[in-house]
Parts: sequence; structure tokens; C-alpha cells
Amino acid sequence: MAAGSGSIDALSQFELKPVLGSLGTELHFSQANLMMVIAGLLVMALMWLGARPRAMVPGRLQSAAEMAYETVMSMCLDTIGPEGKAFFPFVFTLFFFILFGNLLGIWTYNFTFTSHIAVTLALSLLVFVLVTFVALRIHGLHFFSYFMPAGVPVALAPLLIPIEILSYLSRIISLSVRLFANMMAGHVMLEVFAAFVIMLGGAGLLGIVPAALSFSVNVALIGFELLVACLQAYVFAILTCIYLHDAVHLH
Amino acid sequence: MDLASAKDLGAGIAVIALAGVGVGIGHIFAALVSSVARNPAARDRVFGLAILGFALTEAVALYALVIAFIILFV
Repeated sequence: MAAGSGSIDALSQFELKPVLGSLGTELHFSQANLMMVIAGLLVMALMWLGARPRAMVPGRLQSAAEMAYETVMSMCLDTIGPEGKAFFPFVFTLFFFILFGNLLGIWTYNFTFTSHIAVTLALSLLVFVLVTFVALRIHGLHFFSYFMPAGVPVALAPLLIPIEILSYLSRIISLSVRLFANMMAGHVMLEVFAAFVIMLGGAGLLGIVPAALSFSVNVALIGFELLVACLQAYVFAILTCIYLHDAVHLH
Repeated sequence: MDLASAKDLGAGIAVIALAGVGVGIGHIFAALVSSVARNPAARDRVFGLAILGFALTEAVALYALVIAFIILFV
């Protein structure tokens, strides 16, 4: 976009615009909301269509649905412990919502809703509130001993407790900024190299070779983005599991 | 120095953090290679941990990148 003018406008791809005509304008229904609805519907369609045949020897779609179920279930049980079964629906929803959001965003002309800090911050606040609620529900006021691990000399308490509280609170920021920065940086890189292709390709015969080079970099970047999309969804889910483990077991 | 060039310099300085991230990611995969060489049977379990560590380290690089973008564009 706007590559011909000599400057690279890498951030305008994240602008929100209303979709679906005048109704969308009225409701402030942007393309991010549309992608969220599509991602949710796709996850539900995968699970519904995958679970419908109930075959002993699963077909392709049923295997995909079963694999999705088993991956997240083993993630929950391995990380949280036997109590993890209770948190499986939450972790599953979170993982697949983020995964489909990331993957759909790689598609041309699609919008990546996880590249907005507002979305990822809302998700991480949800995780944070849930984790704190679970810890308070299970342990009551004993939960606050989390900030003062057993066996630490009392003299260290004035130093240790603020650090522990700060690191507990900084989970909100680190969880949200990690996902948002990964998705945003990937799409900015794609945009920058695409702009290189247009700028160099328009520069005449001498620019053809570097333009082809930046185009092949862009192709490789798409593959890397596929990896990052899956990895960041996995990291978000596994960190949620680790935080839930802390909440259930207190260190 | 005018504001625009100061911004460019600041964005350049902000991404010096990538040096540390490079060292960190190198460490993670060096440790992965040596542990798989010692015990190939543990590959599946160790690989997941390495990828988790890679993602956490890479996030630090992206924090620096976000700071550079904030300096440049906001």
C-alpha cells in the first residue's frame, strides 16, 4: 500500500473499518468483529461436523476433531494435573479461537483480530481474573501465601513480596503483548517486503533481481507466519494452563 | 538534532535488545541439540520445552520491536 510514493505505510493495514454496509456502520461492526464471528463459527463447525459421524474408524474430519480434543486434553492434564479436566472447555475455546484468528489472518485480504492489543488484552484479563478467582475459591485467604513462599527467611519479605506481586500482575501485560506483538510484527514484515517488491520492480531493469529476492523472502515469511500462528496459540494456551496450575496447587 | 532524526536514532537504539535475544535463542537450541544427542529418546518432551522457551525469548525481541514502532510511528 502507498509504496509508489517512496515511503512504506506498514501500519494502515491494522485500521478498523465498518463492514456489512450501513448496518455495520450503525452497529460499529468492524472487520475484526466479523473475523471473530467467522473464527468462532469455524471452530464450532469443525467440532460439530467432526463429532457427528461417531465412526469407530474415523474419517478425515473426525480424526481432526479427535486430534484437537486429545491435544488440548493432554495439555490440560499434563500441566494442571487431574484437576485440569475441569478447565478443559476454557482452554480449548481459548486455544482454538486464537489459533483460527491467527491462521485466518494469514489469508490475503483477511484481517487478523489478534494483531490488536485491545483483543489480546481482553483475553489475558479474562485469564487473569479466572486464575485469581479459582485460586481464591480453592484456597480462600490462604492464597495470599503465594506471594511469600514457604522456607524463605522473614527478613527477605519486604523485598520478595513486592517482587512476587509485581510478577503476578505483569502476567496480564506479558501474555497480551506477546500475542499482539508477534502477530503485528509478522504482518508488518510481510507488508514491508511486499512494498520492496513494488518499489524495486518499478525501478527498471536493475531492480528486477532484488525485487524477485524480496518476493521469495515474502514467500518464506508466509511459512514462518504459519509456524508463529500455531506456536503463539499454543504458548497462550500452555501459559494459561501453567497459571491455572499455580492457582490450583500454589507453587 | 531535529525530532525526526532523533526518532530514527531512538528506534535504532531500541532494537539493540535483539543482541541479547539472539544469544538467548542460540542457547536454547544449543541446549536442545546437546540434550537430544545425549538422550534421543527424550526428544519429544524436550522439543516442546525448547519451543516454549523459544517463544518466550522471541517475545522479548518483539517487545523491543514494538517500542521501536511506537517511537517511529506514534
